[in-house]
Amino acid sequence: MLDKSIKELSEGLQSGAFSSVELTQRYLDRITRLDSRYNSFVTVDEASAMAQAKAADARIAKGEATLWTGIPLAHKDVFCTDGLRTTCGSRMLENFVPPYDATVTANFKQAGAVCLGKTNMDEFAMGSSNENSYFGKVINPWSDEIERVPGGSSGGSAAAVAARLAPVATGTDTGGSIRQPASFCGITGLKPTYGRVSRYGMIAYASSLDQGGPMARSAEDAALMLQVMAGHDPKDSTSIKQDVPDYAAALEQSIKGLRIGLPREFFNAQLDSRIQNILQDAIKVLEAQGAIFSEVSLPNVELGIPAYYVIAPAECSANLSRFDGVRYGHRCEAPEDLMDLYMRSRSEGFGDEVQRRILIGTYALSAGYYDAYYGKAQQVRRLIKNDYVNAFGNVDVILSPTTPSTTFGIGSKGEDPVQMYLEDIYTITTNLAGLPGISLPAGQIDGLPIGMQLTGNYFDEARILNVAHQFQNATDWHTQAPHGIHD
Amino acid sequence: MSFSSDDIKNVATLARLHVDEEKVEKLGQDINNILALVDQLKAVDTTGIEPMAHPMDAVQILRADEVTETDQREKFQACAPATEEGLYLVPKVIE
Repeated sequence: MLDKSIKELSEGLQSGAFSSVELTQRYLDRITRLDSRYNSFVTVDEASAMAQAKAADARIAKGEATLWTGIPLAHKDVFCTDGLRTTCGSRMLENFVPPYDATVTANFKQAGAVCLGKTNMDEFAMGSSNENSYFGKVINPWSDEIERVPGGSSGGSAAAVAARLAPVATGTDTGGSIRQPASFCGITGLKPTYGRVSRYGMIAYASSLDQGGPMARSAEDAALMLQVMAGHDPKDSTSIKQDVPDYAAALEQSIKGLRIGLPREFFNAQLDSRIQNILQDAIKVLEAQGAIFSEVSLPNVELGIPAYYVIAPAECSANLSRFDGVRYGHRCEAPEDLMDLYMRSRSEGFGDEVQRRILIGTYALSAGYYDAYYGKAQQVRRLIKNDYVNAFGNVDVILSPTTPSTTFGIGSKGEDPVQMYLEDIYTITTNLAGLPGISLPAGQIDGLPIGMQLTGNYFDEARILNVAHQFQNATDWHTQAPHGIHD
Repeated sequence: MSFSSDDIKNVATLARLHVDEEKVEKLGQDINNILALVDQLKAVDTTGIEPMAHPMDAVQILRADEVTETDQREKFQACAPATEEGLYLVPKVIE
């Protein structure tokens, strides 16, 4: 049952092979038994999950079921859930119980899915290793003799899906936070086009870059999740009014004649030769299906990380100014005056990385520096976007590495935050340009999974899901599971 | 530019963050490393390039000015650290 797809689970539920109560209980039992190893969940909502499962079974009995009725899933703890604690991995929101649902969580509720609980993450989605959570680091289920990171910031969701503690999970991606953990945990994760999925109720980090997306074991499951998540939302003025295609229907299209670009700047001497080989093998698989490869150039992508570390901290400093210790969130003991209340509540509530980014952002936006930093970074951002627009004049999809390495050991990046920032070198430009990207398992190095990334043109999620699905039809990397997770 | 301890304290005050004295030096070093990374942008010629605020260059959508939300004050204040009679409590501001 643990390796069944969403479609198979749905068929099992509707044919009466098993009930949603049984399925949900199975996952809850697994979380209880196994998650002490991984720490992938912050909150498990047993009572409510069982109540949702019972309600789903009742609908199935009445013949009112749809695809998602009774299917369990987990939400990254960045999505607000009405009545269920939402921490964003921070002490600031340790006891925060939202009075409303994010559009993404409401959509899954509406579709009949069962929420198992909330997954661990880097605090306020800032990090690439999930070592920054107030609720403790997450351990990658693929860890060998070394305890390894699941990647971040959606590390809890990635670990939970890889360890079969949930069939699928939601994530968010600001600079690689869905795709990098997907690569490290051997799963499939998609960051949609900016504006494709509503950000309403998704706790904001960098508003012009943040985007929610699916994390699953296959492109097919990811497509079915995206169908629920995508669409214009009047509550998010940055979401785009554009029709949502039938993602599942597009999966089976032939990729014969499809033009795939390989960016010269990513396939260079700095790329680990083992990853290079894995990607060459993947290219052969797609070539055998009729895809046509050519080189493309993205001359400004090396500016992605510098531009990101102005834009994201600047937007984070503005977004996180709402945490004032007055309306919700952590409040310090016995404040002397209002200034003391603000300063102590915030420095007690936020962890080190969050405070660093708030300081960088505050500086970049302060009087006299705005044009030199934020304005300049936004100009560079357009140069990066233009590179992609030019490349997509000649190709339909771009293939690249997702990460510069497989999962690394916990604590191995040392004390300099910049070392961690360089992790996102292949993913960050997709966010800056606002394009959709998917990471899917492409091979293994020393028994550890590694992903490849497919970037699509604006709103072309169906196309990259299609290519990913065709690759998964021809390979079995995505069906590999870490050791010791089966019952 | 290089960040001094005084700069850290000034920016921290602007950001309403309290930085412990023993953390100032390490924080300054971290921020200088990050600014060194970011300073690569300075060498780029961006003359005449319009800053990009939205990938699709979308503009703010306006809606009809109609009442669509209902009063849920009690629900919304249930997560506040301190309230009284529908008001948020803070330390005394005016003597």
